[in-house]
Amino acid sequence: MQTVTRDMLVSRAKALLADGTVDRVLGWKAGEFTYDVTPGVFTDADAMEKEFVYGDFCGANFSKYLLTEARKTEKKVLVFLKPCDTYSFNQLLTEHRFDREKVYAIGIPCDGMLDIHKIRTLSAEGVTGIDTDGESVTVHTLYDGDKTVARADALAERCVNCKSKKHVAYDELLGEDGEIIDSARFDEVAAIEKMTPDERFAFWQDALSRCIRCNACRDVCPACTCEKCVFDNPNSGVENKSPANSFEEQMFHIIRAFHVAGRCTDCGECSRVCPQHIPLHLLNRKFIKDIDEFYGEYQAGEKVGSRAPLVDFMTGDLEPSEAVKRGETNA
Amino acid sequence: MQRIGVFVCWCGTNIAGTVDVKRVADALRNEPGVVFSAEYQYMCSQAGQDMIKNAIREHNLTGFVVCSCSPRMHEATFRKTAEAAGLNPYMVEIANIREQCSWVHKDMEIGTEKAIVLGRTAIAKVNLNAPLTPGESPVTKRALVIGGGIAGIQTALDIADAGFPVDIVETKPTIGGKMAQIDKTFPTLDCAACILTPKMVDAAQNDKIRILSYSEVTDVRGFVGNFSVTIKRKARYVNEEICTGCGLCTEKCPQKKVPNEFNLGMDTRRAIYIPFAQAIPKVATIDADYCTMLKTGKCGVCAKVCTAGAIDYTQKDLIMEEKYGAIVAATGFNPISMEPFDEFAYSQSKDVITSLELERLMNAAGPTSGQFVRPSDGKHPHKIVFVQCVGSRCAGASKGKEYCSKICCMYTAKHAMLIRDKYPDTEVYVFYIDVRTPGKNFDEFYRRAVEEYGVHYIKGMVGKVTPTGDTLRVQASDLLANKQILIDADLVVLAAAIEPDKSARPLATMLTASMDTNDFFTEAHPKLRPVESPTAGVFLSGACQGPKDIPETVSQASAAAAKVIGLLVKDKLVCNACVASSDEAMCNGCSTCERVCPYGAITYADKEFRMPDRTTRIRRVAQVNQAVCQGCGACTVACPSGAMDLRGFSNKQIMAEVDAVCK
Repeated sequence: MQTVTRDMLVSRAKALLADGTVDRVLGWKAGEFTYDVTPGVFTDADAMEKEFVYGDFCGANFSKYLLTEARKTEKKVLVFLKPCDTYSFNQLLTEHRFDREKVYAIGIPCDGMLDIHKIRTLSAEGVTGIDTDGESVTVHTLYDGDKTVARADALAERCVNCKSKKHVAYDELLGEDGEIIDSARFDEVAAIEKMTPDERFAFWQDALSRCIRCNACRDVCPACTCEKCVFDNPNSGVENKSPANSFEEQMFHIIRAFHVAGRCTDCGECSRVCPQHIPLHLLNRKFIKDIDEFYGEYQAGEKVGSRAPLVDFMTGDLEPSEAVKRGETNA
Repeated sequence: MQRIGVFVCWCGTNIAGTVDVKRVADALRNEPGVVFSAEYQYMCSQAGQDMIKNAIREHNLTGFVVCSCSPRMHEATFRKTAEAAGLNPYMVEIANIREQCSWVHKDMEIGTEKAIVLGRTAIAKVNLNAPLTPGESPVTKRALVIGGGIAGIQTALDIADAGFPVDIVETKPTIGGKMAQIDKTFPTLDCAACILTPKMVDAAQNDKIRILSYSEVTDVRGFVGNFSVTIKRKARYVNEEICTGCGLCTEKCPQKKVPNEFNLGMDTRRAIYIPFAQAIPKVATIDADYCTMLKTGKCGVCAKVCTAGAIDYTQKDLIMEEKYGAIVAATGFNPISMEPFDEFAYSQSKDVITSLELERLMNAAGPTSGQFVRPSDGKHPHKIVFVQCVGSRCAGASKGKEYCSKICCMYTAKHAMLIRDKYPDTEVYVFYIDVRTPGKNFDEFYRRAVEEYGVHYIKGMVGKVTPTGDTLRVQASDLLANKQILIDADLVVLAAAIEPDKSARPLATMLTASMDTNDFFTEAHPKLRPVESPTAGVFLSGACQGPKDIPETVSQASAAAAKVIGLLVKDKLVCNACVASSDEAMCNGCSTCERVCPYGAITYADKEFRMPDRTTRIRRVAQVNQAVCQGCGACTVACPSGAMDLRGFSNKQIMAEVDAVCK
């Protein structure tokens, strides 16, 4: 259950299409099942009436789609942004990745999105339909009948550890704005830091060796917007990191984590789309935690044009040797 | 494929003593791309260079590696060799097998093995080298001297003498620095003011020198030949142009209780003041911390008495931006705080003073008008104890400095001698660890203090000073007699260690000049380039580089000036050829490189790109101003898309080197 309904979004979008403010709408389309909602672009009211959906499985962060859609529009493109999406939105603006003038952003409140993988684990395979209310999730399954799961248990990890219900960017807000949340999102990272190096190596070996190099994490990541990705560039020297062995895969994810360090807003899209359920967000959160601890708290995308600690220098900055020392005590 | 030559240098026994050079040459002959490999006793000698030139011709070399000393030493030499033989000078790489290999290893086997790896690494890089051509940049023919003590003044005078304009930026209201506070100078005992103030006047009257007193450098941008410096001229609430320096305001100001920093707080001054009679510029300054008018809006006495109408309570800090070709740091020193050394009772008794305070006490313009009396009761002291090395040579201690402050032995001998000369009824004791007098006429001077003036020099340190009634009980040890001594002294003088001025550290950051652990500026080479900072265009003058007495400071100041003049006479500087450039096809235009560039070398332009679907897309891409880029490489690391690369140190070259090391 979401506070804002599909009808509220559709009627607002139709009005903006009708008065000529926008000529494209970025929204959610139904997929094969209730839970595999896909992003879609709408240009007329009829299509929206037919295909537009909104609910507990509309986790997709549309910020990155603006790179292409903002170029196609003659007027403006309408985008719906949940609070966490607005951070990616700002970060992309900081990097000059789309023209703000070409976008009309509506902030929508978010009550947390559900994770189908968690639901399957808690109920059964063969999910045919899902009904939700405020407290519980009723799962219709093919072989095991109906099952009930507590909504709190079905929430996606990034929503359990939601960092903000506050929109940091919008032209218009539907519903009430929330607050930044002091979440426990670094607890799991702290637990991994406490492992012995051997345990930690085993943990990541297990997680990363599941990778099938589908590139979904990279393709969905709002920080991965290079014109030419190093992994696609034969001149980069790292492009042929293929699934030939598990170590190569680990390097792919580690290179990617370094690549987005300081720019990752912790939107959690990488983990959402991973078909192998690798907790990729933990790599990014380790960087965020270190940056916070070394250079003071910094949230990428909170402000447009902010200078991330990794590309800024202040006289009080931590000496590099101190970071090395910290690493050694962790080892 | 390159045709690479390898030349392994023995450097006499410097390298050959720990590295089997023949084996290195033989091993490197098998590396890909290598067509010639040889060793020789001194590659940098004429014969060695001729050997390289001949090999280039005979073997049609396209590039070469010299396995020798640090590139800082002879890279330029071998680049010239390449150029003389018709090769692009950037086709040369140095494998440092001396400083980074033979000098740090003792074992021939290990040293040889490492030298081979270092050579192989350089070969891997040369394989990817491309010819480079450096650009040129103009030189702003004006120098900035930061600090207006004797060092800054001397440097400025010498630069101005050569015909170049110089600005002196001084934080205090007057130039003169520490020397202005000193009474007499060793070893000649001439009056400091008598030799310093004429120089201050020279600086003020020189039309090439502009003195920006009561000002601070707040930002430095740019690079050698083209610095852009932001200077904050602090509000002194007095119009410098109009003030005649008559001093009437400083006599009439009702706020009389301001500690006088020029006399180290031993007397008071007014809220509007001229630091001392010979101050340059001779203009009044209002101390905003004490001025009643500025604090409460009620008073205005100085404005009333000023016949010139120079007082301006509304004055604001002024920010100015100036261009310079060279910058000289002359930020000087300060005595350290005596707070951690309370065993000497500095905070407990007015009669425990530092040597600089003694200078003021003995000075005719000082708080006692030159009457040498105790600060506590105004009586003439009859027994004086000098304690040397207070805070100096504190190896491993939690307080003080590890280094020798260098000037204390001599000024203590001076003080002792002057006191014994003027007041022969005074007993003077000097406690020392060692007496260090290496300088022209220095030891003779010290001997005179001991032999002619009867100063009691006692080897040993003072353990504790206890104020006891009227006197100070000094507990010390005489190491030569191996006994404890107790002296009831009337005055104790502490030779406080000196440290770099606190402004030096932030300044070094602005200048990207390096410092040692004690915050002294580091030289480009401790022996061969002592007045240059490793940062091009930044020079060092005086005690900001290390403890120095006046003669040494003045010679270093003139040496720094000579280096500045050598730079400013050039019309153009050859730029670094190893600069960054962006691959516009890959650039995202994200501005990360621009944010990290310390030189402001990166700008953006909109470029049209043909897309696969035959549409045209306009994209923002980074462009590097090659005259401004210093090749630091920060942008290449920060660039998320890998579009930015550094010529001569490309990511590919560095990866090839890493691969070669790990082979």
